Amino acid sequence: MTQPRWIDPASPEWPARLMHLESPPRGLWQLGTIVPTTPCVAIVGSRRATFAGVEIATSVARELGSAGIQVVSGMALGIDAAAHTGALDAGGSTIAVLGCGIDVCYPPRHAGLRARIVVSGSVISEEPAGTPPFKYHFPKRNRIIAALAQAVVVVEATERSGALSTARWAADLGREVLAVPGSIRSRQSSGTNLLIRDGVRPFLGIADLLEAVPELRSAAPEGVFDTLPGGPGAGLERFSPPLREILARMGTEPVHPDQVGSALGLSPSLVASRLGALELAGAVMSLPGGLVARTV
Amino acid sequence: MPPGRTRAGDTLVCVIACAISCATRGLAGVPVTVEADIANGLPAFTIVGLTDRAIQEARERVKPAIRNAGFKFPQRRVTVNLAPAELPKEGTGSDLAIAIAVLRAEDPSLRLDGLAFLGELALDGSVRPVTGVLPMARCLAAAGITRLIVPVENAPEAALADGVEVLGATSLQACVEYLRGDGPLVAGVRDGSAPSLAPEPDLAAVRGQGQAKRALEIAAAGGHNILMSGPPGAGKTMLARTFPSLLPDLRSDAALEVPAIYSLRGTLRERPPTTLRPPFRAPHHSISRAGLVGGGTDLAQPGEISLAHMGVLFLDELCEFSRQHLEALRQPLEEHSVTVARARAAVTYPADFMLIGASNPCPCGHLGDAQGCTCEPRQLSAYGNKISGPIKDRIDLVVSVPRQEYRDIFDGTDEEPSAAVRDRVEAARQRRGEGAEHGNAALTGREILAAARATAPARRLLALSGERLHLSARGFFRILRVARTISDLAGDDRVGEDALAEALHYRIEMAG
Ligand SMILES: Nc1ncnc2c1ncn2[C@@H]1O[C@H](COP(=O)(O)OP(=O)(O)O)[C@@H](O)[C@H]1O
Ligand SMILES: [Mg+2]
Repeated sequence: MTQPRWIDPASPEWPARLMHLESPPRGLWQLGTIVPTTPCVAIVGSRRATFAGVEIATSVARELGSAGIQVVSGMALGIDAAAHTGALDAGGSTIAVLGCGIDVCYPPRHAGLRARIVVSGSVISEEPAGTPPFKYHFPKRNRIIAALAQAVVVVEATERSGALSTARWAADLGREVLAVPGSIRSRQSSGTNLLIRDGVRPFLGIADLLEAVPELRSAAPEGVFDTLPGGPGAGLERFSPPLREILARMGTEPVHPDQVGSALGLSPSLVASRLGALELAGAVMSLPGGLVARTV
Repeated sequence: MPPGRTRAGDTLVCVIACAISCATRGLAGVPVTVEADIANGLPAFTIVGLTDRAIQEARERVKPAIRNAGFKFPQRRVTVNLAPAELPKEGTGSDLAIAIAVLRAEDPSLRLDGLAFLGELALDGSVRPVTGVLPMARCLAAAGITRLIVPVENAPEAALADGVEVLGATSLQACVEYLRGDGPLVAGVRDGSAPSLAPEPDLAAVRGQGQAKRALEIAAAGGHNILMSGPPGAGKTMLARTFPSLLPDLRSDAALEVPAIYSLRGTLRERPPTTLRPPFRAPHHSISRAGLVGGGTDLAQPGEISLAHMGVLFLDELCEFSRQHLEALRQPLEEHSVTVARARAAVTYPADFMLIGASNPCPCGHLGDAQGCTCEPRQLSAYGNKISGPIKDRIDLVVSVPRQEYRDIFDGTDEEPSAAVRDRVEAARQRRGEGAEHGNAALTGREILAAARATAPARRLLALSGERLHLSARGFFRILRVARTISDLAGDDRVGEDALAEALHYRIEMAG
């Protein structure tokens, strides 16, 4: 592995946006490459994310990655990892801001992900080498994520999630904050729903982000966002009416097939065969635990 | 000294007497001829003929039993041979025949024609019950034995065999008296007070759970192994216990084997021997390996999977079973029988059962439900691997059982009774006709390709699924078998798109 380098406000790759912080880091340990002028969006959320949350984080990061927008996150389990992965999968660049020493891989299972990030982006930390992942370092780390990004998208967060602290730092810095709304019954969305109730802009699709931060559109290559799939329900015409009927009833929250059946008055056998067909068409995803979720 | 015998001084006198007994090899009985030879010489008692420890110990039981029953044990060289010599024999069931053969050698007035003997002897000469009497009685009847003397406790069981008169003995003395014409033995009759089968729980008691019920119906119709996954309290155990009520009666010839297995385990009391209802066994996960699959240190007895023969083996809390236990199910699930290795020979027992597994979706039990899962990802994958490793290949259907809302359980709607489902299951099975006694689940790849008669759109769907869902060849055939059963239930000769799509929905690859 290449050696971590120390960069400080005098270094050419120092991201100017960090200086918006009242107390910017004195410098950063850094692995990989930083291009400080690249537009940046943070995607953050719970470590204990739902499958739907992971899917959303991945696909939004993919869209940003393919538009040349850098995705910043904290390399934690769940939403963070999905965000980095989505960006990398799309051939984009991503920055992971650690709360531990630059030479510490936390969580250890992300060693592979970390290696990919170093190749296509950058891993940074303001902590001295060898610092273990102390809990109290994470809020400090969150301020760097907030400062690096032009906007923060919170995908899923409980009321006490660290992602909310990132959102607060971002709001203090005048960054745009967007939150993905969830079911009012979903614990994993309780924090994001609260943000929306408190006036944060709901994120229903990439268009909301572009509206909030128009510079992102101009930073991306011409027309790249125009080819992105539209909001929910786009392109459903390709399905037969019975399959469309099921999709229309499914919403974005995972549901059990029995719920679909009783909502539509369909026999279990019909529900199963239509879900089977939809899954094969890539319109429905079955999740561990037996629930199904719409993916279109 | 018995009458009609003269001691021949010091000249060598050799007297051979025979009594018939029986051994078992797997489920089959094998008649055993017990030969007793009494020769002059220093008093000794030897038993030969591939016998195990229990039979060697018979010497120590038979000798005092004969004395304590009031007879004289010959003070000469007594050799007992159990023939056929190459058949491994185990257990204590030949004690009575050994004693009778020894006594007969000294007393030719004992008439043993057409007779056979089963039973263990106690030191005081009383006769003790043994296991496996039913298959042995059937075997002896088939071998031309007309009267069978068994321990009185085993008499009702032996009487289940046709074509042989069964007599129950309480002691060696009573037995000898009977043989001399001095006293009666109890005639063995089929037990009128046999345990009655507990009523099978009915599906109508289960509220909602449409997917699970449908999957159980498919499983019953095609003989498919099924896994139910859901949080604690969702009703998995309840659903599984209703499963027998969906199954048609056993064919009477198939039903004959079942009590023979229970007889070998000595658990015939647990199940009415003449019932045609398929057995349902639900061993706890703390069961020993031998208890589950058969074997053991003493007798190679059949295990739970053989007691479930022709019926259902329900493994509740599947993930709590040790990996070794689950691993041991692999061969029986493939071959419908189990081979238990013994020191001298391997014994094979039938084990043609349907497997129902129930498990939590994850260690905390809440994966996918409203409460939310709190397991670490590492725990999750270890948990999934435990099932998927050994027996995943043999599970055709997976269904998730969600926890029902309180109001769903107590609302007044009527649920379909088991009888209605059973009618459909029966009709579907009939549609497959002869030669499909194991159901579609047992069709080989080649057989299912022919039997499916998939329509062109169904074939297109299947090709697409192979590609999109990364199905293995095994996975591909599994789906086709389930689709075949779904079509049987629908009365369709050919597997169409809908049946195939439904089968895809229950595939195991979906399990978390
Ligand atoms: N769908 C249902 N309809 C009626 N009773 C139910 C249902 N689901 C659960 N119950 C009740 O809850 C109890 C616990 O269910 P059980 O089968 O033991 O759950 P599991 O095996 O999934 O933990 C059952 O005995 C039954 O009384
Ligand atoms: Mg249970």
